[in-house]
Amino acid sequence: MTNDVIIVGAGIVGAACARALAMAGFDVTVIDRGTTAGGTSSACEGNLLVSDKGPGRELELAQYAATLWTQAAVDLRTELGPDFPSVEYDPKGGLVVATTDAGAAPLLAFAAGQRSAGVDARVLDRAEALSLEPDLAPDFRAAVFYPEDSQVQPTIATEALMASARRHGARLIENTPVTGVLRDSAGALVGVTTAAGELRAARVLIAAGPWSGEVAASFGLVLPVLPRRGELLVTSRMRHRIFHKVYDADYVGAVGSNDSALQTSSVIESTAGGTVLIGSSRQQIGFDCRLQVDALAGIAAKALRLFPFLAGAAVMRTYGGFRPFMPDHLPVIGEDPRLPGLWHAAGHEGAGIGLSLATAEMIRDLMQGRPTRLDAAPFSPARDSLAPHLEQAA
Amino acid sequence: MTAVLVIGAGPAGLAAARAARARGASVTLLDAADELGGQFWRHLPASRPASNERVLHHGWDTFRDLAETLEFDDGCRILRQASVFAIETRGSGPAEVHIVVGEADGAGRDRLVLRPDAIVVATGAHDRTLPFPGWDLPGVFTGGAAQALAKSERLAVGERVVVAGAGPFLLPVAASLAATGSRVVGVFEANRVPALVRGWLPKPWQLSGAVSKGGELAGYVSGHLRHRIPYRLGRMVVGAHGTDRVEAVTIAAVAPDWTPIPGTEQRIEVDAVCVSHGFTPRLELAIAAGCALTADRFVEVDAGQETSVPGVYAAGEVTGIGGADLALAEGTIAGHVAAGGTLTDAELQRPVRRRTTFTRFAERLDAAHGIRSGWPAVVTDDTIVCRCEEVTYGQLRQTVSSTGSRSLRALKLSTRAGLGICQGRVCGRSVETLLAGCQPDGLLGDPVSTDRRPIAGTIRLGELAAAPTTALPTTSTPSPSIEGTP
Amino acid sequence: MAPRLLAAGDDPVRPGPSTPLTIDVDGEPVTGIRGQSLAGVILAGGTLALRRTSVHGGPRGVFCGIGVCYDCLVEVNGQRDVRSCQRRAADGDVVRTQYDPLPEAPEGDHA
Repeated sequence: MTNDVIIVGAGIVGAACARALAMAGFDVTVIDRGTTAGGTSSACEGNLLVSDKGPGRELELAQYAATLWTQAAVDLRTELGPDFPSVEYDPKGGLVVATTDAGAAPLLAFAAGQRSAGVDARVLDRAEALSLEPDLAPDFRAAVFYPEDSQVQPTIATEALMASARRHGARLIENTPVTGVLRDSAGALVGVTTAAGELRAARVLIAAGPWSGEVAASFGLVLPVLPRRGELLVTSRMRHRIFHKVYDADYVGAVGSNDSALQTSSVIESTAGGTVLIGSSRQQIGFDCRLQVDALAGIAAKALRLFPFLAGAAVMRTYGGFRPFMPDHLPVIGEDPRLPGLWHAAGHEGAGIGLSLATAEMIRDLMQGRPTRLDAAPFSPARDSLAPHLEQAA
Repeated sequence: MTAVLVIGAGPAGLAAARAARARGASVTLLDAADELGGQFWRHLPASRPASNERVLHHGWDTFRDLAETLEFDDGCRILRQASVFAIETRGSGPAEVHIVVGEADGAGRDRLVLRPDAIVVATGAHDRTLPFPGWDLPGVFTGGAAQALAKSERLAVGERVVVAGAGPFLLPVAASLAATGSRVVGVFEANRVPALVRGWLPKPWQLSGAVSKGGELAGYVSGHLRHRIPYRLGRMVVGAHGTDRVEAVTIAAVAPDWTPIPGTEQRIEVDAVCVSHGFTPRLELAIAAGCALTADRFVEVDAGQETSVPGVYAAGEVTGIGGADLALAEGTIAGHVAAGGTLTDAELQRPVRRRTTFTRFAERLDAAHGIRSGWPAVVTDDTIVCRCEEVTYGQLRQTVSSTGSRSLRALKLSTRAGLGICQGRVCGRSVETLLAGCQPDGLLGDPVSTDRRPIAGTIRLGELAAAPTTALPTTSTPSPSIEGTP
Repeated sequence: MAPRLLAAGDDPVRPGPSTPLTIDVDGEPVTGIRGQSLAGVILAGGTLALRRTSVHGGPRGVFCGIGVCYDCLVEVNGQRDVRSCQRRAADGDVVRTQYDPLPEAPEGDHA
């Protein structure tokens, strides 16, 4: 068996997988219809969160991923040198705030559950919370601090992982759409067809984020990854006044929801450039990226409940992206039983930046036939919770 | 009755509004400024009206005629200090136009949503100034800044001033400075005689309509002679010097492609320098409305000035840099057709002819004065390219080389070039050129540009959060045209 | 050697009578004429640098003069990020120059 892999998608998951596999001695080719970090990876916040995840498999993956990022930030800087832009890894911590009585009890219960799963989730009193965030509207009902929540600049992180992968021998082919699967006479997978010809490999890994469903469809397979639109506002630079990631407690609900209607919840933080990012909306509207002012207005209104001083902040930009949404809320990581040689690393919803490194390790271990650090079965394309969606669609 | 929204009250927008009214449409004309006229006809404000304003302007009587006609017309609503911050294309009709009305960059301005039957985008253009060492020093201005301060405040930006760059616009800038009491020590046009000859001389009959006696350019040339301002060709500002403000500039001779020629540098003491290399069309609203662009990145329009989006028209500098006379012709056509008229109507025959004349004129000017490919040679590693984020050329180069990225989008995000509060309006196209020049094959790999800005102008978060507050009927249908935000 | 207003008597456009106004710029009174922009008043008062930049701390003044470049941002009556070239001065306006240092980089990050 040859050790070559084609990775479809040069976002952060594809880049992380390329790096992990190349470092393990695989012969890796990354192919993308656009350029590195051209999709979701450059249209998101760069969250490395545990705070939004309840006890379960995804939380375990996120907890493990957090340890990987601490190390990767150091390794990438050492490997790529001072000329490479910083990935801006910042373990700044997250503060989740319930602004209503109705939201307080669920937040505290959620945090208690997380603590039992090993998450550092500290319930703060008013004075403690205000000492972390002095400009927070003081009439909140509950606050929980998550010191493990951290942050990278997602575009630079993707570029850094890809640059590292290339230093370890991975090839990158940009601006070349994959058009289908290449099979031998017996029907076995032997590579992909692309707009620029055939590309052969024993394994093909789809890491195309929200477009993974489209790639799978071009292979004749159903993969129920759906795009979920998320929109953010960016203010002009201001004096540093927001020191952590600060969320409204209903963020937790929006991420876990199956509701396709527009939802907004506050996610507010400062960037290294001195701007403030204000998110976010979540809406299942296909790949429709047209501006929706009412969504932006909703984001703005909720942000003001947390930080009233932002009323005078100048919004200078909005950007949005498509999060790869899975119907059972777990990423799909592993080999596809329907087509041996086809692998998936997709469907991370809003957590792909954080989970990328842990996903890549799992893919590497599985491809090497080695035991995985965490149980891979819950993420398998063959898992039970995914089966009805595969059948339903098929 | 068709409801036409005209965005921008410069020559094109004013002409469009009048033509649409003449054809029977109800018109809303809006502009971010509190005075009509756009950049071209900037003038002393109503609080200090001048009795002889026309000496500073080409076509002042045309402006007064347009402005007075519209101001006294009940069928034309004029919204001053109205900034469009977003255009949404999700609903029916050509678009929903989201506006804040009030003092510039104020807080708590009224938020409006208009749903017109037709839109005329007449948003004009702004100066394009290419980066050079020291261009971020106070005392370095665009030509447009000198012009605006001279016309609307009678303020001279300096006592000893150099005007430099490229294009016929340098002449009115110098003229305005001279008429405001500055000593213009020289006008330096980067292009050389052969380029000017190629642009100006062949087919001179095409120019006859454009440079008629009393024409815009003819006026500037004669003003120039009167003030005895030296006009030098083939020279460029290659550096501005000073610690807290500009104290001197270095001028150098440049090759036909604008590469500076070593050994030709000349230092000139100044207290201000005005530099413009042409214009960048203000495209964000047209892009937000979904309009297709031409290969040279203007709004694509048909013979009736209609864009690729039905019901959305464009006129003036957004369709090509051509000056006020062309803008007036295009605006008249756009307004007439937007209001339901057709190109063959008698009232359009003269504007259509004038559009042809002035379009040819504009093409010739561009051939003579357009930006040449060697300009990046003036940029050094420590030259700031993105003024807002203070990103240097060295940082751009190093990031391309270390990441290997070919993506404009990723490189902008990695370097922060173009991410500051001007949103790449000043540096965007220069950043594109410089980043492409750092690539082995001189090409970037993604099909994006720096022209797209979904938030078309800053808005306070509190204003965005507030529901629209003022009702303003804009469509022919009796249903409410303003919708609140839930 | 500073920007200055053309004296009305020398002005060929023959401006009408002017109404004086005074604004406060970082605690100093600066006089101008009603109808001028804040930028114009400050420039005519002899000050070219309107703010300090965040990365290098350098001086920055009016550049485009027509509201495009945002280089001339000032705080006016407590409201930040006002383009002084676009805002007409009002008598008594309190103007503060802006300087917004970047957030400190997290430990171990020296980008």
